[in-house]
Amino acid sequence: MTAAETFYDVIRRQGITRRSFTKFCSLTAASLGFGPGAARAIAMALEIKERVPVIWMHGLECTCCSESFIRSAHPLVKDVILSMISLDYDDTIMAAAGNQAEAILEKTKETYKGKYILAVEGNPPLNEGGMFCIDGGRPFVEKLKWMTEDAFAIIAWGACACWGCVQAAQPNPTQAMPIDKVIFDKPIIKVPGCPPIAEVMTGVVTFITTFGKLPELDRQGRPKMFYSQRIHDKCYRRPHFDAGQFVEEWDDEGARKGYCLYKMGCKGPTTYNACSTVRWNGGVSFPIQSGHGCIGCSEDGFWDNGSFYERLTSLHQFGIEANANKVGLTATGIVGGAIAAHAAVTAVKRITAKRKKADV
Amino acid sequence: MTTHESIAADGEQAIECQNVYVYEAPVRIWHWVSVFLILTLALTGYLIGSPLSSVPGEASANFLMGYIRLLHFAAGQVLSVFLILRVYWAFVGNVHARQIFYVPFWSGRFWKEWLDEVRWYTFLAFQPKKYVGHNPLAQFTMFPMFTLPLFLMVITGFALYSEGAGRDNWGYALFGWVFSIWPNSQDIHTFHHLGMWVILVFVMVHIYVAVREDIMSRQSIISSIISGERLFKDRED
Repeated sequence: MTAAETFYDVIRRQGITRRSFTKFCSLTAASLGFGPGAARAIAMALEIKERVPVIWMHGLECTCCSESFIRSAHPLVKDVILSMISLDYDDTIMAAAGNQAEAILEKTKETYKGKYILAVEGNPPLNEGGMFCIDGGRPFVEKLKWMTEDAFAIIAWGACACWGCVQAAQPNPTQAMPIDKVIFDKPIIKVPGCPPIAEVMTGVVTFITTFGKLPELDRQGRPKMFYSQRIHDKCYRRPHFDAGQFVEEWDDEGARKGYCLYKMGCKGPTTYNACSTVRWNGGVSFPIQSGHGCIGCSEDGFWDNGSFYERLTSLHQFGIEANANKVGLTATGIVGGAIAAHAAVTAVKRITAKRKKADV
Repeated sequence: MTTHESIAADGEQAIECQNVYVYEAPVRIWHWVSVFLILTLALTGYLIGSPLSSVPGEASANFLMGYIRLLHFAAGQVLSVFLILRVYWAFVGNVHARQIFYVPFWSGRFWKEWLDEVRWYTFLAFQPKKYVGHNPLAQFTMFPMFTLPLFLMVITGFALYSEGAGRDNWGYALFGWVFSIWPNSQDIHTFHHLGMWVILVFVMVHIYVAVREDIMSRQSIISSIISGERLFKDRED
């Protein structure tokens, strides 16, 4: 029997130079926030460890995660991961189709039992037995559960798989569910965002495939290395926030000076992601840098939390325009009125009672 | 626990005992410190949610929002310390120090007296009964409208504070579980904001009722939270 195929074997077979390979290792180590020794550790792991295949499945989604992924900063990152390291199955970008494609799933499930990574983009709709998303002739939810059986771990790509996203927005007619509401017996690592940042995605895949374990996760199941700080904490406009300098309306003097977008509904203070450090499109920019507030796309329920352009969250239970202040002011108004009325009645009662006493 | 009963049980003593020490010094200090802190917190909190107009000049020369937040955080932490001391006093203080921490819904007498008090406030009773501590309706209101919201404000407050302070902050270790219930901190911001309004509504009612009772009822109210002593104005009952 021949020795098991390593990542490095595959990488070299695909014509990647040793130099490019070590560059990839350094870049990945840096993006994961590791020290200088980690690049060597990654390189060594890739050279000696058996290749871990990644199966990439698509449920209800818009493919923005895939679009993001194939645009990762360093061209090599996507090359390495996409075509060489391990992507054995991705129905959107693979050449195979139909039965041929489905055969890969079966083969991987058997050959790499308990070893492969299942990356899920999108989520399964549960209503009507899952018939709102039919994939390969059967409901996606069934296919998902079937592939989960022998997976080592699940990566939930994007807001869809992590939280539900727009297809799960109220009233959620298809009952689209985040995958952690469907899968309970395997570790799930959530990589939220709509889409997640490409470097974050490649970083997570590289970490799991090289070290054979999940990175440290936070309470929400997100990798701490990318999701432990808010956009707000590392935002380059933060000094304007602390100073009290805000964009008051679009295109005003403050907007031209690059003031904080807090009052324009920026969700940076409540959004955990790496946009303000890693940025997008090879570190070119991110929403706030281009003058628009963060919409909180990596947060649970961002699609149902009211306007992207209001600081205070809409409270639809109290009317379409309501927020905490409007509800509070209305409540104090009503209570204030009630107090005044009660005081008036009290006064009248007291006066009439005194008169009665006087009359007696 | 009301004089109403204790006096009724021993009519002789009622005439002797017109002045009762109700609110011990720690309770009174806590009350007034909380008044000051809640006002500070409400004002600064409101300004954090809806900031003032932009200040001119360079960002490096200003720290207005920073100071408002600092004041909010400092006041919140002092409030929390006093709340802990207050909880401690509920255990070691007199029986009245415990009243705001529970509603004795299991007690039939409580509900009977509660109804009497409701009748008094809906002008159905001619005069109110006497109570040494809070009357049953007050106790019934204070727990869900003040004590509970205050604890929720402290918990959500530290959880929100830990967002900026970092995931290794003790606030996150202690209160991070609120993010397990509501994963999006935007929701917690909203609850924290609504909590302010609940407490402000309570404050309005609290002040109105205190002033009204001070005038209308047969016992001192306002001076009691300063001196600690409750003075009964008539000798009947």
